[in-house]
Amino acid sequence: MSAGSTMPPPIRRIELDASPTVVPPSAPETKNGGHSSVGLAAPRRRPQRAAAGIERMRAEALSVAYGGKPAVTEVTLPVRKGEVLALIGPSGCGKTTLLRSLNRLTELTPTASSTGSILLDGEDIHAQEVTSLRRRVSMVFQQPNPFPMSVFDNVAYALREQASRRPARDQLRPQVEEALRRAGLWEEVGDDLSHPALRLSGGQQQRLCIARALAVRPEVLLLDEPCSALDPRSTQTIEDLILKLRDELAVVIVTHNLQQAYRIADFVGFMYLGELVEYGPADQVFGEPKAKRTKDYISGGFG
Amino acid sequence: MEAATATTPVRPAPATGSGWRRTDRIFVGVCWATGILLCLIAGSLVLFMLVKGLQFLSVNLLTTHPVSDLDQSKTGGFLDPLIGTVILAVLGTLIALPLGVGAAVWLTEYGRPSWLARAVESGIEMVAGTPSIVLAIFGLLLFSQQFLSFLSFTAAGNAVFGRSFFAAGAMMSLIALPLIFGATRSALQAIPGHVREASYALGKTKAATIRRVLLPMSREGVATGTALGMGRIAGDTAIVVILLGATLRLQGVGDVPVVGTLRGTGSTLTSYVYNNSPAGEGNAPDKAYAAAFVLLMVVIALNFGIDLITSRRGRRA
Amino acid sequence: MTGPVSPATEPNRSDRRAELMLGALASVVLVLIAGMLVFVLTKAWPSFSHNGLAWFGSGGNVDDQLIDIFNSPANPDKYEYTLHAWPLLYATALVTVGAVAIGLSFALFAAIFIVEFAPDRLRAVLEPVVRLLAAVPSVIYGLIGILVLVPFVGNHLIGTETKKSVAYVVQLSGNSMLVAVVILTVMITPIMIALIVDALRAVPGSWTEGAHALGANRWRVVWTIAVRAARPAIVGACVLATARALGEAIMLSMVSGSVGFAPNPLDGLTFFVEPMRPLAATIVDNAEGLSVKPLGQTLYAFAAVLLVSSLFLSLGAWAVRQPMKRYGVRP
Repeated sequence: MSAGSTMPPPIRRIELDASPTVVPPSAPETKNGGHSSVGLAAPRRRPQRAAAGIERMRAEALSVAYGGKPAVTEVTLPVRKGEVLALIGPSGCGKTTLLRSLNRLTELTPTASSTGSILLDGEDIHAQEVTSLRRRVSMVFQQPNPFPMSVFDNVAYALREQASRRPARDQLRPQVEEALRRAGLWEEVGDDLSHPALRLSGGQQQRLCIARALAVRPEVLLLDEPCSALDPRSTQTIEDLILKLRDELAVVIVTHNLQQAYRIADFVGFMYLGELVEYGPADQVFGEPKAKRTKDYISGGFG
Repeated sequence: MEAATATTPVRPAPATGSGWRRTDRIFVGVCWATGILLCLIAGSLVLFMLVKGLQFLSVNLLTTHPVSDLDQSKTGGFLDPLIGTVILAVLGTLIALPLGVGAAVWLTEYGRPSWLARAVESGIEMVAGTPSIVLAIFGLLLFSQQFLSFLSFTAAGNAVFGRSFFAAGAMMSLIALPLIFGATRSALQAIPGHVREASYALGKTKAATIRRVLLPMSREGVATGTALGMGRIAGDTAIVVILLGATLRLQGVGDVPVVGTLRGTGSTLTSYVYNNSPAGEGNAPDKAYAAAFVLLMVVIALNFGIDLITSRRGRRA
Repeated sequence: MTGPVSPATEPNRSDRRAELMLGALASVVLVLIAGMLVFVLTKAWPSFSHNGLAWFGSGGNVDDQLIDIFNSPANPDKYEYTLHAWPLLYATALVTVGAVAIGLSFALFAAIFIVEFAPDRLRAVLEPVVRLLAAVPSVIYGLIGILVLVPFVGNHLIGTETKKSVAYVVQLSGNSMLVAVVILTVMITPIMIALIVDALRAVPGSWTEGAHALGANRWRVVWTIAVRAARPAIVGACVLATARALGEAIMLSMVSGSVGFAPNPLDGLTFFVEPMRPLAATIVDNAEGLSVKPLGQTLYAFAAVLLVSSLFLSLGAWAVRQPMKRYGVRP
């Protein structure tokens, strides 16, 4: 095993006593979405939707560039009520940019420019006032970012800022309570709403951010890798939450975690280097992906 | 619940403009108005000083000694006050530098016992907040004592004059001290712990580490603090008016060359401006403008130097 | 930082020596400062003890009282100490509160303008200019005040009628509270702007982004999130500016009138153009008399009042900052 000092170190083979057992892939079944062809064997956590809900948002030939460098290229996809749309893909492929352009958050970056259109209930979102757009399309971020205020003030923030006259605290209480219940946080913070938000645990903070986003009763909820900074138990809580919310809203979630997408998505969009490589029902994308690149990604060929 | 083609009512888009209340627009207008007012005031200040200064400044003024004459507007320049400013700035910084750097090093690297560390920190903060006029009359009190009479002039009858460049320089150092201390401390705290650990791992003592590794690394911070301190010393008037003896020219005391001047009295650009304005004795507003212009240039040059240092540091980082 | 990093071995002699030397240096600084406090307070005590609480009250013409103190007979038992310093204290409070109130409001909105609304090129010019203005010596502001603003106020804003009507009480010459407050405001605002701009920029971007995503407009985001998070720094800037305003002696002695007169708000508009003289300016104006013992002690009493106010100011600022810590706004 000696090598000259100029040669790279040799490759050493790892000797095994026996060959590793590999579970052979089972036959693909697309009828009831039980198993996928590429090895994700756990049963899906909830039943498949029979029919598509009404379309809430639609991106048409959307391209976004930052200072000339394209981040998203010619993407067309619908966002429907009653569905969870998961955007998957390797890092830096434009998933987050696509998500952020849905509520015009890309405008906060001065070098961003976009072509194509995004429609909300048939109207171009660029034609509307951005604050009213963001009342209908809410966002939850990757790192929990509660404001340095009490729990009550956090959840009531959007309600106070969106009203034309400052609402009274009594008026806000029922709405705050409802939002906290929908986010599954009411039992834990309901008795002391003036608790400082920054003293909650990470999972609680993220649920607080979800409650804050739900307070104005949006129609579309955007989630940017909401569980990536959380432990598995908090992740499970939030995934259950998303599935419950799915009935009332349209949900778009960007996730790095293929297993998570597998667990909760109804429709999946796979993005690679800014292009939407494949879009379709989750069973189909995970079961029988049409594009080779999708198959490679899902089977772990690259990441 | 299976919703095939649910006819859930679509929430209509709210009326445009509801995102901005009227008070919000008013506040944004106030912000713009303040911003424009700021530009106007700053611009007019700078332009005014530029115009008046260039109008009255001549090289002659910079190189001639001032002359005590009843008609101030026709005679003499302000060479002595200019030298006085330089002397004070250098003297004050020279005294403040070892004190400030030493205290900062002690505080960041040793800092035991902790009550002493906290006391030193609070003390320096207190000095930073003390008005210079209070420092000035304290200095007068201090330097009028007999045991410090060698630092200034003793009049007949054993009354210590107490006013000299030494006295003024010592009090000026208290003005520069918090700035040098703060800048050095920031620079030292910005050095990551692994640099120190590497030095100790090589077997160097703490004193050697400080001298050979940490202080050279914080050179820029110390330079920034020093420049800031010099700027504040050059601009201070109260200490000069009270502690420098208010003679137009530099009057030395005794025969020893440099020490004689430092024991003596004089004036600086700031006291020169003060005296030549209607508030003082002289009535030569032209010379006051010229001297003020030179003073402003000195301060701008120092600030520019600080910007150069910090931008170089930023580029390297 | 978890404390100073030290070598793991026992410090040897050179380390001990270095530590002692540096500690001695730091202690010298401390001794000097403590000495200053003690000295000033001791010298000031006789003036307070002779007057009691009436020192802070009003009564009589404070200028005449100062002259009387200056002219005290040489016999220590017969030193004159009577002083009712209320006009001076009132003048100091007026000028300081006025300048800081106006300056803070201006600085807050100007800082928001610079950080949020200014066009890029304007911002690149304004920031260094503001820092430069903060470094301009006070005597230059005083010069501009006394050569430009005072004649303007004296000749154009005060009518000869008004001057004649109050001539028996006080001379209205343009050296006035108005000029003093205006110039003091211009003097302390740039440093406040610079500090508040830094504080607004230091607010974590995730908060402002989250507020935008919730549909608040640009102004509301800056006001409810950035300014709220920067509150401790705003308090700090305020304290710094107040300390500077309290201690400003030279500029105020040039423009505020050098008369120990208490401007009367009931005079209507004339209130603004009445002359006065704050504490620090009084010290400068009477500085030649420091060798006369009772006058010196009175001046040290003024200095003591200034010192103690600075102390209370710092304490007050610390107290105001404490409740802000609860919700996570970094102090």
